[in-house]
Amino acid sequence: MRKKVAMTGNIAVANAMRQINPDVCAAYPITPSTEIMQQFATFKSNGKVDTELVTVESEHSAMSACIGAAAAGGRVMTATSANGLALMWEMLYIASGNRVPIVMTVVNRALSAPINIHADHSDSMGARDSGWIQIYCENAQETYDSLIQATRISEAKNVRLPVMVCMDGFIISHSIENIELFEDEEVKRFIGEYIPLYPLLDTKNPVTYGPLDLQDYYSEHKRQQDEAMFHAGDVILRTGEAFEKFSGRGYGYFETHCMEDAEIAVLALGSAAGTVRTVVNELRGKGVMAGSIKLRVFRPFPAKELADAISHLKALAVLDRCDSFGAFGGPVFSEVRSCLYDRPVRPHVTSYIYGLGGRDLGLDKVQEVFNDLKRIVDTGHVDKLATFLTVRE
Amino acid sequence: MSLSELKGWKNIPIGGVINDAGNSEKYETGSWRTFRPVWDPGKCIHCLQCWIYCPDSAIQVADGKITGINLYHCKGCGLCATECPDKVKAIKMVEEASFE
Repeated sequence: MRKKVAMTGNIAVANAMRQINPDVCAAYPITPSTEIMQQFATFKSNGKVDTELVTVESEHSAMSACIGAAAAGGRVMTATSANGLALMWEMLYIASGNRVPIVMTVVNRALSAPINIHADHSDSMGARDSGWIQIYCENAQETYDSLIQATRISEAKNVRLPVMVCMDGFIISHSIENIELFEDEEVKRFIGEYIPLYPLLDTKNPVTYGPLDLQDYYSEHKRQQDEAMFHAGDVILRTGEAFEKFSGRGYGYFETHCMEDAEIAVLALGSAAGTVRTVVNELRGKGVMAGSIKLRVFRPFPAKELADAISHLKALAVLDRCDSFGAFGGPVFSEVRSCLYDRPVRPHVTSYIYGLGGRDLGLDKVQEVFNDLKRIVDTGHVDKLATFLTVRE
Repeated sequence: MSLSELKGWKNIPIGGVINDAGNSEKYETGSWRTFRPVWDPGKCIHCLQCWIYCPDSAIQVADGKITGINLYHCKGCGLCATECPDKVKAIKMVEEASFE
């Protein structure tokens, strides 16, 4: 029997990990993701998982151990946040470059300095070019569901890439929600048995990981990674469909709300999507043709599908929970705007930086954004391309 | 080998994995060499110090005696010439350009 249980986002993640029952977890604690491994360690000490739990001396070592275990042929998971992810930087590229499947929960938190432990996307957005698949989740249920899907996506034969499943620190990681937990057996069946490619422990077929790769072959291996990301797009959709049959909850690249006839819309990632949806519903009640898009998959970036869903708009605002200092708007904005460039008809697109270091995004602030969009549609003119939304002047 | 003769991205293992154990034998590291070891069989006492130290296993030996140096793998590091005992000095490093 599936059960609905009240739990925090972190505990939901730990339960997904318990049900996935990976061969190896190597992790180092960092707020706000600490509770995940704390709970998982409890599962381990109570005999609920068979996992080899490796407690290491840093996040750099955590990711190194994960890579080694994955190359050995194990199913591997870990979790981190903010500066922990930053300390893994070098190894992130080595994980994706070696093409080893690893599923990591990133509990999004602002990067220091100044030191801050609360939610923003500066950690994972900085890793957007590291060759990892990135899935952003709105709530704890989505995070739990996405981790189960991520295991299949990461291990798909034509993908073999590591996956980050991201959720907003504290807002999701520490809030209690009703989560539908699958039965352990159901999860086991959905993820299937892992068949590793080139496992180091297969001593009858010895292989070398990470050899020198110079001008003669490096480009070819990077081209393969690009191809794997291309296939990941398809695998993510197929896995989302299979998951819908299994759970009743469907998942794609993004989720639209009131978009068919919308003239203005706001796009956001993660927990802010719910706030935006609430404002859209209020505006619809007043006859405003508003809509919203929650972007779930940022890597691979669903350029064509997203452009199809938004090109009919008159104006679109993209909310970024981090800045790309010196660029002309946030990282999500830049890619969303770019994917529209070749469309003969396309909306005005503006950038809003919001919620840094856990600053709350109120309904009034989202309302301001929609007011700006209405003004752009009325005047046909964009006054300000990039705006800091939740900041004191 | 020119780049166009090498395999394309669709025909090589992913992730730079080498799945053919021991294939470093086929890799010509000799092209990196700027100094070539020249071995004098008349001076050599076959103590095998060079064979022990050579990082490329390029010192060829048969029946406990040195028979020559494999220039396909020798990178020209000069360890063999250094390790050859002072009273013997049967290996000299000679600039590669002088052989052209």
